[in-house]
Amino acid sequence: MNTKTTLKYFDEMRTDDGRVRDIYQTYTHWMSQLPEGTLERKSAEAELLFRRLGITFAVYGETAGAERLIPFDIVPRIFGSKEWQRLQLGIKQRVRALNAFLHDIYHGQEIIKAGIISARQVLDNELYCKAMQGIDLPNQVYAHIAGIDLVRVAENDFYVLEDNLRTPSGVSYMLENRNTMMRLFPELFANHLVEPVEHYPQMLLDTLREAAPVNVSNPTIVVMTPGSYNSAYFEHAFLASQMGVELVEGQDLFVHKQKVYMYTTEGPQQVHVIYRRVDDDFLDPLAFRPDSALGVPGLLEAYCSGNVSLANGVGTGVADDKSTYLYVPEMIRFYLGEAPLLSNVPTWRLSESDDLKYVLAHLPELVVKEVQGSGGYGMLVGPTSSKEEIETYKQRILAEPDNFIAQPTLALSTCPTMVEAGVAPRHVDLRPFVLSGKEIRLVPGGLTRVALREGSLVVNSSQGGGTKDTWVLED
Amino acid sequence: MLARTADNLFWMARHIERAENTARVLDVAHRSALLPLDIEGAEAYLWYAPLNITGCAASYEVKYGLARADSVTHYMALDPDNPSSIYSCLKLARENARAVRGAITSEMWEVINSTWLELNRMTWNMDNEKFPDFFEWVKDRSHMFRGVTLGTILKDVALSFIKLGTFLERADNTARILDVKYHILLPSVNDVGGAADYYQWGSVLRSVSAFEAYRKIYRDVISPLRVAELLILRDDMPRSLHACMNEVEAALIDINGSSGREARRLAGEQHAAIHFGLIEDVFSQGLHEYLTEFLAHTALLGREIRDAYMSRRNHFEPAAAVRRTALQMQ
Repeated sequence: MNTKTTLKYFDEMRTDDGRVRDIYQTYTHWMSQLPEGTLERKSAEAELLFRRLGITFAVYGETAGAERLIPFDIVPRIFGSKEWQRLQLGIKQRVRALNAFLHDIYHGQEIIKAGIISARQVLDNELYCKAMQGIDLPNQVYAHIAGIDLVRVAENDFYVLEDNLRTPSGVSYMLENRNTMMRLFPELFANHLVEPVEHYPQMLLDTLREAAPVNVSNPTIVVMTPGSYNSAYFEHAFLASQMGVELVEGQDLFVHKQKVYMYTTEGPQQVHVIYRRVDDDFLDPLAFRPDSALGVPGLLEAYCSGNVSLANGVGTGVADDKSTYLYVPEMIRFYLGEAPLLSNVPTWRLSESDDLKYVLAHLPELVVKEVQGSGGYGMLVGPTSSKEEIETYKQRILAEPDNFIAQPTLALSTCPTMVEAGVAPRHVDLRPFVLSGKEIRLVPGGLTRVALREGSLVVNSSQGGGTKDTWVLED
Repeated sequence: MLARTADNLFWMARHIERAENTARVLDVAHRSALLPLDIEGAEAYLWYAPLNITGCAASYEVKYGLARADSVTHYMALDPDNPSSIYSCLKLARENARAVRGAITSEMWEVINSTWLELNRMTWNMDNEKFPDFFEWVKDRSHMFRGVTLGTILKDVALSFIKLGTFLERADNTARILDVKYHILLPSVNDVGGAADYYQWGSVLRSVSAFEAYRKIYRDVISPLRVAELLILRDDMPRSLHACMNEVEAALIDINGSSGREARRLAGEQHAAIHFGLIEDVFSQGLHEYLTEFLAHTALLGREIRDAYMSRRNHFEPAAAVRRTALQMQ
């Protein structure tokens, strides 16, 4: 596909003059020694493995219960240990500030009083949860599990594309990708010192234990899923079994005197921490959507009484909203007194008339997103859209400009990727998973998503993206 | 363990076992069809047996009318509209397994999932001659599932609920096979030792993998009395009612818990009756009457197990109130 822009992409494997970067030297040497057809064969093997293990996801809008595989690319993405060290400092800093922001807006609201962000932006946001005002959470942590989406535009330049503070998914792919790579290419791990990621479930369990109500010493922890037809069900089941905790649905829980119990073969058993993969709206039909069959009546009241902890907390959406995103660098300065280590993507707010005017005049160069959208649904990628698509989108913007933000089309870096014609560069992003308890933890790397179509900049799995194993090499 | 998890484990195992038993019944029907049967309407006569054993004769007739080899085989093996076809059983086994992936080992999930995927690859280009291979395949997958289960799963309540599902279903099936065959063979019951009798009772034994065991134990002609004794009372025969009830009672004792008192009592009662039972008494009561009572008792036990362990009711409500609601619902 032709891109009409003249963006220059950072190639993570090769320098401008075509030389293989140091970090990829061992890998490319290994690859050059392979008999012809080996990678193609291994690629097919990988697909078979994934299908047999049932690592699938459901796609909204397809036949109920249809399961698809996320394409797995067998060429790893490689980071050096120094660049990862820099990156992870920035990620931790950002998550610390976001949690401080959430605590603040549900308590003293100092950041509003200081005039850094408007009361309207926070309190009128429909994701702001009034019931959370004055509720104290253990360790003052709201987003126990955060997914920070990063893109690379130059050797030392990373942008944060968005923060995911509600129910970020994809970590099971990070783990299964590594597992599959080790099964397919044991020799690669013998000649590379790859930092392990397999202890993520243990770190998650530690984080959830630390999230327990303060007076509970040996908490009962569960993972709560919307059910087996949810697109991320595999991941919910995977994490529950890796942590050795029950995987529950709303129908397995009930509330009695502001305490949460699960129905077991031995009668009711109290639950102290719920790692819930159900959105706020569906948690409790008494407090939120009355038509929700996924939730547990009385759950919010039990939560606000401090008898049960939810991870993530209720009302975190207000901080990962794309219009709040703009203020994160200010939050870092305000709460931590530090200069932000990671930059935001320059963003236009279409609620501002100057920005709106500029964006409407430059739609073919820009990416426009809905403020509350996610998963790559409902966005416009100017450079790869037709005139008609742009015109249709323009009408949507004009109808409700407040609902949109725009960003320049980013020059996402590329990584070598197996495609039909062989190994070729494709655009990638990175989602590290950040765990916040008494301390902030993350495993080296994260989930790399890759846009498999040539020239495409959309990496979402729902839009034909795939994933890669992500390596951080030890020194 | 979650009540719903117990429910899913129970039905996962039960559906695998049911798929295997249906394959056994159909396999024997196919073998029997190779024997000369000198009566009018022989085909229908022969092919009602598998329908009656699995209790789907009525729904079959609505769709196909008279029992015929090819349509009965298709209906019981591959028809998605038949909720107890092998196809449906393997599908439901997988759905139940998928709902409790965290409670079973990844090896167990792989067996169930790959069985389902393979079934879908082969289903639509299978002709009549391939069916015997298909039945073998179903049995193999079931054996593999059992082997993988015993070889990989922790010996805790999860395994107990899997065993409950497996052995309640197996007891149910063995009793049905005996009952249906007994009726069909009734005209020849006095003709002990005749050739037809040999083959017909032989096929009953084969359907529950008991032919060789019979030879080993009795070293004599096949007689209905001994077949019944072997499949009802002998606990060294893995598909006999006695062996199944041993397993069911042991699983219930392992699960324990205050809510299972009535289930344990029922299972103990049924087990004791079979443990101390005499084959002469079974026949003086009437084999059919005996088996009918056994099946009713098993069904009651199944319901009691569900109420005790798998129901989702608020245990903080006074028990009396719950009982009342349950009674009103009946």
